[in-house]
Amino acid sequence: MSAGQPPIDSPEIRRLTPVIGPGYTYGSVTDKISAIVLTRPTSLGWFIGFSIAFSLMGLMTVAIGWLIIKGVGIWGINIPIGWGFAIVNFVWWIGIGHAGTLISAILFLLNQKWRTSINRFAEAMTLFAVACAGIFPLIHTGRPWMAFYMFPYPSTMGLWPQFRSPLIWDVFAVSTYGTVSLLFWFVGLIPDLATLRDRSVQKPMKIIYGMLSMGWRGSARHWHRYQSAYLLLAGLATPLVLSVHTVVSFDFAIAIVPGWHTTIFPPYFVAGAIYSGFAMVLTIAIPLRKAYGLEDFITMRHLDNMAKVMLATGLIVAYGYFFEFFMSLYSGNKFDVFLVQQRLHGPYAPYYYALILCNILTPQLLWSYKMRHNVAILFIMSIVVNIGMWLERFVIVVISLTRDFVPSAWGRYSPTFWDWATFIGTMGMFVTLIFLFVRVLPAISIAEMRELVAETSEDDK
Amino acid sequence: MLHRSHIYGVMGEFETPEQLIHAVEKVREAGYRRLDAYAPFPVEGLSEALGLKRNLVPFITLLGGLAGGLGGFGFQYWAMAITYPMNIGGRPLNSWPAFIPVTFELTVLGAALSAVFGMLALNKLPQPHHPVFNVHRFTHASSDRFFVCIEARDPKFHLADTARFLQSLHAHHVSEVSDD
Repeated sequence: MSAGQPPIDSPEIRRLTPVIGPGYTYGSVTDKISAIVLTRPTSLGWFIGFSIAFSLMGLMTVAIGWLIIKGVGIWGINIPIGWGFAIVNFVWWIGIGHAGTLISAILFLLNQKWRTSINRFAEAMTLFAVACAGIFPLIHTGRPWMAFYMFPYPSTMGLWPQFRSPLIWDVFAVSTYGTVSLLFWFVGLIPDLATLRDRSVQKPMKIIYGMLSMGWRGSARHWHRYQSAYLLLAGLATPLVLSVHTVVSFDFAIAIVPGWHTTIFPPYFVAGAIYSGFAMVLTIAIPLRKAYGLEDFITMRHLDNMAKVMLATGLIVAYGYFFEFFMSLYSGNKFDVFLVQQRLHGPYAPYYYALILCNILTPQLLWSYKMRHNVAILFIMSIVVNIGMWLERFVIVVISLTRDFVPSAWGRYSPTFWDWATFIGTMGMFVTLIFLFVRVLPAISIAEMRELVAETSEDDK
Repeated sequence: MLHRSHIYGVMGEFETPEQLIHAVEKVREAGYRRLDAYAPFPVEGLSEALGLKRNLVPFITLLGGLAGGLGGFGFQYWAMAITYPMNIGGRPLNSWPAFIPVTFELTVLGAALSAVFGMLALNKLPQPHHPVFNVHRFTHASSDRFFVCIEARDPKFHLADTARFLQSLHAHHVSEVSDD
C-alpha cells in the first residue's frame, strides 16, 4: 500500500489485518510451528480430549462390530426407508471434506495468501472426513467384506460393475477424491517432514521423519519440479472437488423420487458442502489457535474470511432451498407439491424448520463485522451450521423416502441406539485423528509460512 | 585435507534469498555449471538464476491424465458393450454419457498420480542419504539458511580456489562437502 496511508482506525486498515503477525523470521516461524510437535510437552488437555475422542471411537468399533454380527437390522432402516442415517452421515461427512480441498487448491490457484496457515489442517480435516464418510456406505452394504464387488476386478463370474449407476460413480469419485487429497497433503508435507527430521533430537524420530521426508534436501532443482507438481495437483483437485459432491448429488438426482429428481441438486450440493466444510474448519481452527497460541498465524483475518465464505455459500444454499421449493410448486407435479407440503406440515416438519433456522436465518448474523470478530460467536455459529447441514441431509433422505408415490408405500423412520452410536463414534474417530495429527505433524505448513515471511518482508520494502 | 576424489563439492551458506540468487548468478558468471542451490522454501527467481529449463512434470501429468481418461472410457465401453452386454429396454450399449463421471474421475486420478510420482522420480527421491547432509550446518537448509554447492565434477572445480571464490561472494560460511 504505497499511495496515501489511511488513518489507523479506518476500515481500510482493519480490512488489511495481516495474515501473519509482525516480526517473524524464517527461523522463528520454523521454531514456533515445529516446537508444537517436537519440544512442547503434551498437555493434560490433549490427553483429556484425546481420551474422550478415543472412547467415542471405541463406541464406533463396538457399533460396527455388532452390525457385522447382527446385520443392518439393528439400525432403524426398513423398506421404504432403506437409506437412513448411513447415507445422511455419508453425505454430511464427505461435504465437510470439501472445504479442505477448496482452501488448499482453489484458493492456491487464486493466489490467496491467507490460505497458507490454514491449508494444512484443513487438508488433514478433508482426509479424516473422507475416512469417516467412507465407513458409512461400506457398512451400509450389509456385507462390507464383499465391498470389493464394487471395483472392476476380473472375477471368475465374468461380471463387471454397472458403470451406468450413480452408486458406482460414487465409488470412483470418493476413492479418487480420497487418493488425490492424500497425495496433495503428502506432497505439501514433504519439506516440513524434512524440517522435523533436521530438528528432532531423538534418533527414532529422526529416522521416522527422515523416511517420511524421503531425503528431501531443498535442492533448487527439486523445488522447481515440486512447484510444477503442486500447481498441477491444485489444478486437478479443483474440478475434482466440484465433481465429488456433484456425483454424490447424482445418487439422489438420477432417481425419480419426489424431492430428489431435480437439476439444482449438483450446484446446491457443492455449495452446501463448502458451507459445512468451512463451518468445520472454523470449529477446528478456533480451539487449535487458542490451545497452541497460534493467534499470530491464524489471525482474525482468517476467521473473518472464513466467516465470509460461510455467509456466501450459505446464501447459495438458501437460494437452492428457495428454488427447490419454487420449482416443485411451479411444476404442478402433484407428487412434488405434496412433498413440499410434507416438508412444511408433515411429521418431520420440525426438522425442516430447524434446518431453515440453522442454515439460513442464524448465519445472517455474519453480515455484522462485530459478529465476525467475536470468536465465541463464530465458534457457536460454526456448530449451528454443522447441525443445520446435517439436518439438510436428513430432510432430503428421510422426508422423500417416507412420502413417495403411493400411500401404501409410506412409512416412518426413527434412528436406533446403534445408528447414533455409529454416527457419534465416527465423530470420535474424526477428533481422535485430528488430535494425533496435531501432535505428530506440523498443523501449519512451515515451508509456506517461510515463503509468506519472504513475501511480506518484500512488501514492506 | 581429504583427497580430491572424496570431495563432493564446496558449499557456501547465505542468510537471505536475495544473497543466494546473487551468489548463484555470480557462480554461473564465473563459468561453473555443476552446481545446485538449497533453500527452505521455493525462492522466486532461483530457477532462472540457475538456468533451469522447463521441467517434464507437466508432460508426464498430461500422459497420465490421457492414460486414465482413455483407459477409463475404453474399459467401461469394453465391459458394458462388448464383454458383458446387457440389453435394457433396447437402450444403446455404448451409453457414453453415463460413462463420463467415471472417465473424469480416472483422468484426474491418472494425472494426479503421475504428477506426484513423476515429480519424485525426476527428483530421484526417495534418496535418504546425500553428500550434502555431511555438512554439519546443512540442517539449517530446512529452516532459515540458503546454500550453494559447487560440485567437484565441475571441470573448473579446484578445492582451494573455489572455496576462496565462494568466500569472496560474502558467504556466511564455506565448507567442504565430503563424499562418503
